[in-house]
Amino acid sequence: MLQLRGIGKSYGGRRVLDDVSFDVRPGRLTGFVGGNGAGKTTTMRIVLGVLAGDAGTVTLDGAEVTASDRRRFGYMPEERGLYPKMKVHEHITYLARLHGFSKTDASTRARALLEQLGLGERLNDNVETLSLGNQQRAQIAAALVHDPQVLILDEPFSGLDPLAVDVVAGVLQQRAAEGAAVLFSSHQLDVVERLCDDLVIIAGGTIRAAGARDTLRAQHSTRRFELVSAGDAGWLRTEPGVEVLDFDGGYAVFDADSDETAQRVLRRAVANGDVASFAPQHPSLAQIFKEVIQ
Amino acid sequence: MSTTDTRRGGSTLGAGQAIWLVAEREIGSKLRSKAFVISTAILFIGALALVIWGGFQAANNSGTPVAVTADAQQYVAQAEGLDVTDVADRAAAEALVKDGEVDAAVVGDSSSPLGFAIIAESSAPTSLMLQLAQVPPVELLAPEEGNAALGYIAAVGFGIVFLLAASLFGGTIAQSVVEEKQTRVVELLISAIPVRSLLAGKVIGNTVLAMGQILILAAIAIIGLTVTDQTALLQGLGAPIAWFAIFFLFGFILLASLFAAAASMVSRQEDIGSTTMPLTMLVMAPYFLVIFFNDNPLVLAIMSYVPFSAPVGMPMRIFLGQAQWWEPLLSIVILMATCVAAILVAARIYENSLLRMGGRVKLSEALAG
Repeated sequence: MLQLRGIGKSYGGRRVLDDVSFDVRPGRLTGFVGGNGAGKTTTMRIVLGVLAGDAGTVTLDGAEVTASDRRRFGYMPEERGLYPKMKVHEHITYLARLHGFSKTDASTRARALLEQLGLGERLNDNVETLSLGNQQRAQIAAALVHDPQVLILDEPFSGLDPLAVDVVAGVLQQRAAEGAAVLFSSHQLDVVERLCDDLVIIAGGTIRAAGARDTLRAQHSTRRFELVSAGDAGWLRTEPGVEVLDFDGGYAVFDADSDETAQRVLRRAVANGDVASFAPQHPSLAQIFKEVIQ
Repeated sequence: MSTTDTRRGGSTLGAGQAIWLVAEREIGSKLRSKAFVISTAILFIGALALVIWGGFQAANNSGTPVAVTADAQQYVAQAEGLDVTDVADRAAAEALVKDGEVDAAVVGDSSSPLGFAIIAESSAPTSLMLQLAQVPPVELLAPEEGNAALGYIAAVGFGIVFLLAASLFGGTIAQSVVEEKQTRVVELLISAIPVRSLLAGKVIGNTVLAMGQILILAAIAIIGLTVTDQTALLQGLGAPIAWFAIFFLFGFILLASLFAAAASMVSRQEDIGSTTMPLTMLVMAPYFLVIFFNDNPLVLAIMSYVPFSAPVGMPMRIFLGQAQWWEPLLSIVILMATCVAAILVAARIYENSLLRMGGRVKLSEALAG
């Protein structure tokens, strides 16, 4: 497990990170969410040792991360970082060799990964001739080709069309399933919500929320329910302990003051007619995000 | 799956392998660049043309008129391309030289260690000097500050080859360092290998290319001179060319490390000039110095010991016969020591500047870390 504890960083008196602590667990995808300038990239760079923090520690399985540990990290920087005039396959092979794979091994891995990422037809094209989306895929291949045990990806989905997002998401999930600890930042909250197991929210250089996605959701959920029934749900307005938020014939969204109230409403709804759906409404990541960064 | 085995490979990559991988990429990407291949081809063709042109010139030349006394006949017996006039004694020889009947005279001289001497008006004809296996003392009847034409050509030759190769590959390594910084690929590279291995690989890769170019140029010169039958010139130039290659090797490593360090201090190609300018001057200085001062032994002597100009200055002095046998050895030791010091300083600047994006890194910050 990768653990950050009390990371701090200042640039010329301006505090950009303050006591940043969170965990990135193996076998799980951890989403790292925050606005522009919140400190995501700085945090990631400190984890990679590309930047030195002023305070705090980064540990892997309890021991301080060393340079040789970091060779087993996969990194995707925020800005595109490949040689423009190198052929895609050759480039990824080169990076794999720098991580210690033999020439043939590196070549095989690079080819397989690029094919998996949908670049099978572009293997011998120069990086600079690829579209932005395809360069992004090549970049992801660069981060993955050496089978890293820790993956740090800065905005891996930016610039990808929805199909490519699925391809990349699939690859990341597969790596996590194989035991890698994956930390990725993104502005696309819906993608993060769909993919991540754990969530870290940062704002103004401090961690505002961190933990399993479902736990966070539960923590931030109010007792909000959605009812879809055959009859008219107008009676809800007079029900004690219920606040109706949205209403249209048999459809209603309401907050209940307790679980008992919710159950009472359900029983009455069933008594009044067929109930097609009665479900608690969890807050979306966007809602949680807005709530915690305030 | 064999992943566990191959995974372990990731931590066992030796420094040597990492350096060589970087060097190999550096060489490969250069050899595939059209601009590089074309400019190199032009350079080689130019050198070949010069040698062939020299051959025609030599073939067209009628012999150099030389007066020879009876006791000096043996020394010019092997020489070719001389138009020999036999004279009775030294006085007669000097008279012919003064009249301009001959370019020079070869006379027996018991005070010369070789047993003979050359008498000339203002400068000894190079064509004669090159014909002689050993160069005797030269007595000038009317000494005058003047360039021996061949000395000038050699000066321009060494100067221009050094200038071209050092600025071409110095510029290349600077661009390649900034390219990695600008595209941020450097973040990926140093997450895989140590910063020093990256620097060493880049310097070695470019040194291999530069040396390759120099050796091919030397081969063109030597083979060309042999084929066109200018063996005399070859004898005079052989040793200086060999020394030039050796000096160039270390001189280039010195410059390449400094170019890499200077380039690492900026983040954009447009800014390279601001930090590499002093180095560009250092590369150009030997060229201008050797052209203006190739007949000034003092300036040449100083040049031949200053590490940045030694690759041009020392071969020039060897060519002119001004250097003692131990001088190139002493100079190369000084050059090597400077080289080691420069690599240490360069590695420090490089390590400290590589990840500082944005504006230009101050030298004091780059050195302090």
